[in-house]
Amino acid sequence: MQQYTETIREIAKKLLESGEVEAFIGYRKGSVPMTHRPVVIRKAEEVETLVWDSHCALNLANYVRDQKGKIAVLATGCNSRNLVMHVKEHQVERENLHIVGIPCTGMVDHRAIKKAIGDRDILEVREEADGETIVVEGKDFEERFKKSDVLQRNCKTCKHPNPVMYDELVGELLPEPENVGPCEAVEEVEKMEPEERWTHFESMFSDCIRCYACRNACPLCYCPTCFVDENRPQWVGKSIDKSDTLTFHFLRAFHMAGRCTDCGACERVCPVDIPLKYLTNKLNKEALAIYGYEAGMDPDSKPLLDKYKMTDLNDFIR
Amino acid sequence: MTRKVYTKEEWNSAVTRLAENQRVFAPVKEEKYTAFKPVNGRNNFDFDTLKTRMSPKQVVFPQSERMFEFSMNPKDENSGVLQESPKGHEAQVVFGLRPCDAMSFELVRPNFDNAEYRDPWWTDRYETTTFVGMGCNQPRQTCFCTSVGSGPFSEKGLDAIACDLGESILLKAVTEKGEELLKALEGGKDATDEDVKAAEHLAQAAEKGVSSAVETDGLKDVAEKALFEAEFWKDTFDGCINCGACTYACPTCWCFDIQDETYKDEGLRMRNWDSCMFPLFTKHGMGHNPRGEKYQRVRQRFMHKFKYYIEKYDGGPLCVGCGRCVDVCPANIDIREAVGLMNQFSKQGS
Repeated sequence: MQQYTETIREIAKKLLESGEVEAFIGYRKGSVPMTHRPVVIRKAEEVETLVWDSHCALNLANYVRDQKGKIAVLATGCNSRNLVMHVKEHQVERENLHIVGIPCTGMVDHRAIKKAIGDRDILEVREEADGETIVVEGKDFEERFKKSDVLQRNCKTCKHPNPVMYDELVGELLPEPENVGPCEAVEEVEKMEPEERWTHFESMFSDCIRCYACRNACPLCYCPTCFVDENRPQWVGKSIDKSDTLTFHFLRAFHMAGRCTDCGACERVCPVDIPLKYLTNKLNKEALAIYGYEAGMDPDSKPLLDKYKMTDLNDFIR
Repeated sequence: MTRKVYTKEEWNSAVTRLAENQRVFAPVKEEKYTAFKPVNGRNNFDFDTLKTRMSPKQVVFPQSERMFEFSMNPKDENSGVLQESPKGHEAQVVFGLRPCDAMSFELVRPNFDNAEYRDPWWTDRYETTTFVGMGCNQPRQTCFCTSVGSGPFSEKGLDAIACDLGESILLKAVTEKGEELLKALEGGKDATDEDVKAAEHLAQAAEKGVSSAVETDGLKDVAEKALFEAEFWKDTFDGCINCGACTYACPTCWCFDIQDETYKDEGLRMRNWDSCMFPLFTKHGMGHNPRGEKYQRVRQRFMHKFKYYIEKYDGGPLCVGCGRCVDVCPANIDIREAVGLMNQFSKQGS
């Protein structure tokens, strides 16, 4: 990963010095382990702050809409698919993006590490040069994990580690994984009887504090005014009453149908550990099964919900 | 001041027994993390986890709170008139508060209880609560309590403070309320000089164990407008996603929004936590938003805690150094860095 970091800095320097881009969006090393800060760098002398490793998990596609002029942005497989979605949905012009593609080996699940370490204070989490070992250090301990064991859930089932749209690449493209298993969590919920499923969802969201970190971390959630913030009329209550909380999460998920790239940002940022991916994984599964559609894979195709085919399964639309 | 020592079993059983007759909160180990919950005799205490994920502010200031009820049925004699909801503010005890969290209630108090007005919901519950702390033997890398007026064994805001001696718990009364609590707690025996010395030793070591610090010495005197207009606000915190995780995890963030909810002929007026990170927080009815940009909202949060509060109440800052905002922030917006920039600007004008 050190190699990636150095290459990223070189590319950023070249782009900023030549004036090809106004800004470069990447990550700066965080002040605490396992959380790096997305940064928008505008000066070539700042490129030394850029880093890349297994903790770059906020989706940078979320930051491109606010920028003016042409900008460069780092993009893994899922992040690049979100950039494709942005272009498709006219959130950003393709010619205003310089995409620095990153063949991605997956992000570490900070919760898995914290759970394994317990209440001991983690001071540093680093990667061995082999790219397969994560070393967690504290005052009087050091523990090692196999990266594949502590990956985020979405990275464990990732089918597209390579960027699908890019202007230049950091490193070599990776082999596309074969035989990626289904999302087991979704299958478990599908097996439930409706009542059991409802209880499951109620309990799943019972800790939600309505901080909207999931929504704000999601590159797809760019509505100028989110439906939960509308007040004339007010569609959803503001309290932590379960009907309001569930309305927020379900409606948000439905807005992701045919759009979610399973980047895992929503789930990663949740301060109360809600496994939000259950919902969007189900929608992704349906989109693939019914329409053979995976979000953001093809820059030239229309968004799923813009498409219409005479072979649609539903009578009402034919 | 009474000091008593309890074995760990005695301690757990004393807390459980107390909960049979009144409302008692304690840090409880749940499936995902440890949280302050009402003790019900079936849950597992967790006095070991240093920081609960969320602060204990909800024991006095719940996230959603019913204030008034009303009827909209014209036949009802009180139609359209707000009726105060029953408050249920009977005496309660909170165990296991970390000293930083305990101090937060003192810092928050002037907002709800001052010469101009008294918020009965917050103040009544605050006054009927007994705060029992637990010193922090091993502070964390995100703890900076000693730079903001607290400390791992600070007694500010506490009625009694406990110290985990390893095999046993030493409990010391700090106030009259604390003395009453020690009387009400079952079991325990008088602490020996050795117990007291052991606790003092732990407290001194803990104080040295706080490795993180912020400097605030320039903030009081800097001109508010100059700090407000400082250049660094504009792009230092570009990474912020403007969620409310920091404000909701924070023990001193007190902002709320009042909402009416109605169903058929009945309605209620409630207040819910709100967050200055949200654009809607300041959006005017006519559409203008004085904090329409993200950097303005980020600035507001830090300015409120480290400038406006200091000026308004001649105290503070409005931060206890618990570091929860740093722990939960998905984008690594670190309050210590923000305060560092603010203080540096205040002293050097850059």
